[in-house]
Amino acid sequence: MDTGSMCTVERRGCVHLITITGAGEHRLGLPLISALRSAVAAVRASPGAGAIVLAAEGKYFSNGFDQAWARTVPRHLHASMSEGFRGLLADLLALPMPTVAAVTGHAAAAGCALALAHDTIVMRASRGFLYMSEVDAGIKIVDYFAELLRQKVPDAATRRDMLLAGSKMTAGEAVRRGVVDATADGSVEDVVATAVAAAEGLAARGWDGEVVAEVRKAMWPAVWGKVKDYGTRSFVLCSRTCIARNCLQ
Amino acid sequence: MCTLEQRGRVFVLTLTGDGEHRLGHPLIASIRSALASVAATAAQANGAGPGAALVTVAEGRFFSNGLDIGWAGTSRARLGELVAALRPVAADLLALPMPTVAAVTGHASAGGFLLALCHDYRVMRADRGVLYMSEVDIGLPLPPYFMALLRAKITAAHALRDVVLRGRKLRAPEAKEMGIVDVVCPGAPETAAEALRLAEELAARKWDGAVYASIRISMFPDACRSVGIVEESDEEKARNFASKL
Repeated sequence: MDTGSMCTVERRGCVHLITITGAGEHRLGLPLISALRSAVAAVRASPGAGAIVLAAEGKYFSNGFDQAWARTVPRHLHASMSEGFRGLLADLLALPMPTVAAVTGHAAAAGCALALAHDTIVMRASRGFLYMSEVDAGIKIVDYFAELLRQKVPDAATRRDMLLAGSKMTAGEAVRRGVVDATADGSVEDVVATAVAAAEGLAARGWDGEVVAEVRKAMWPAVWGKVKDYGTRSFVLCSRTCIARNCLQ
Repeated sequence: MCTLEQRGRVFVLTLTGDGEHRLGHPLIASIRSALASVAATAAQANGAGPGAALVTVAEGRFFSNGLDIGWAGTSRARLGELVAALRPVAADLLALPMPTVAAVTGHASAGGFLLALCHDYRVMRADRGVLYMSEVDIGLPLPPYFMALLRAKITAAHALRDVVLRGRKLRAPEAKEMGIVDVVCPGAPETAAEALRLAEELAARKWDGAVYASIRISMFPDACRSVGIVEESDEEKARNFASKL
């Protein structure tokens, strides 16, 4: 499935892999955000979907919001970019299956937040860093970003280094400080393979997806509370009642 | 009581003299005045080019041994006054539009420990001096804003328990392991020098002071609320985003 050429969705067993395509910075403007939300919704409605992996081609995972786009539109539309991103986070938090981010390249600002919004994070060992660039760019941090960081990076010193010092965190440091779960050597494809394998392992546990979603939302109440009103409400009911999730095929 | 000087981009606030630097009304007023001066100078200079930092350092064997309980004596009212008087110092530091470094050059207990915690970074000497939240040993409950700050800055559960519930006295190396201190130096002169060096490095990043303070406040909204700082709304932050495009 190709959602307007901004990202692709493919099945690898019961793992659904969303890949942000192209060699660019994968800036999170409305087009990419919408494409990702469509992809996530498609995975959610997919029979037998056991886990999701989000990855990207090229040097970047995502370099944050699309400021170039924002410069060209009236200010009231900036809110739609931010609201769309909140919606994407809500959709990921409410997803009834384990979520894995394959940080295949640089993840900055909203791109870093997107990676952190997953249950499990695998990061490319040799290249790329996590970077909350806002302090360097002179941009203030809104409350749901701050909550996400507080939830996913509970250590005060690490969070200070990320937010107040604009530290560029390599994979080795990120795993050492507990910000990501694992690193993967090699190319983008190697990182994706590692993330897919991790996702397969989680899917093989055979958890009830609705329970996974409820537990996750309950684990992250502050973040969920700030994004839930922006999430997608209508989902095809048959994904829940008709389709057996069997990942042993 | 305290002096303020500017060394290049770094403001240095020094708690002077060999004593315990007890936080009574006079010293608290001095510190507030110094911090107000720092914030005002930074606000003026920001137009001409941002990039500043604060170092708080102390002379003698103590960083600060806490509130002036000698002055308070048995008077609960007086103790309450001092607790209330220190709160705006915490607010001033948490809202300061620049990076802040505490050079813990001696013992820091109770209110003195809190003062060090109100800074973004802590550099501490290894050879002597402890960080010590003495309240449980003395038999005093912690004021709410003390606890809010401790919870915001000491996030490892066992570390917070040791500090607050066990009154553990921390030397610099263990404090570093617990994530409470950032850099350990051999003695007082090295501590002061390293704090200054770190502050210069941070100032050289030329961060917008108002944005820096805003991000700091967004990191600890509960602690900031507890000391009376009102966080700006997302709308106000959005206006800042638009202005940066």
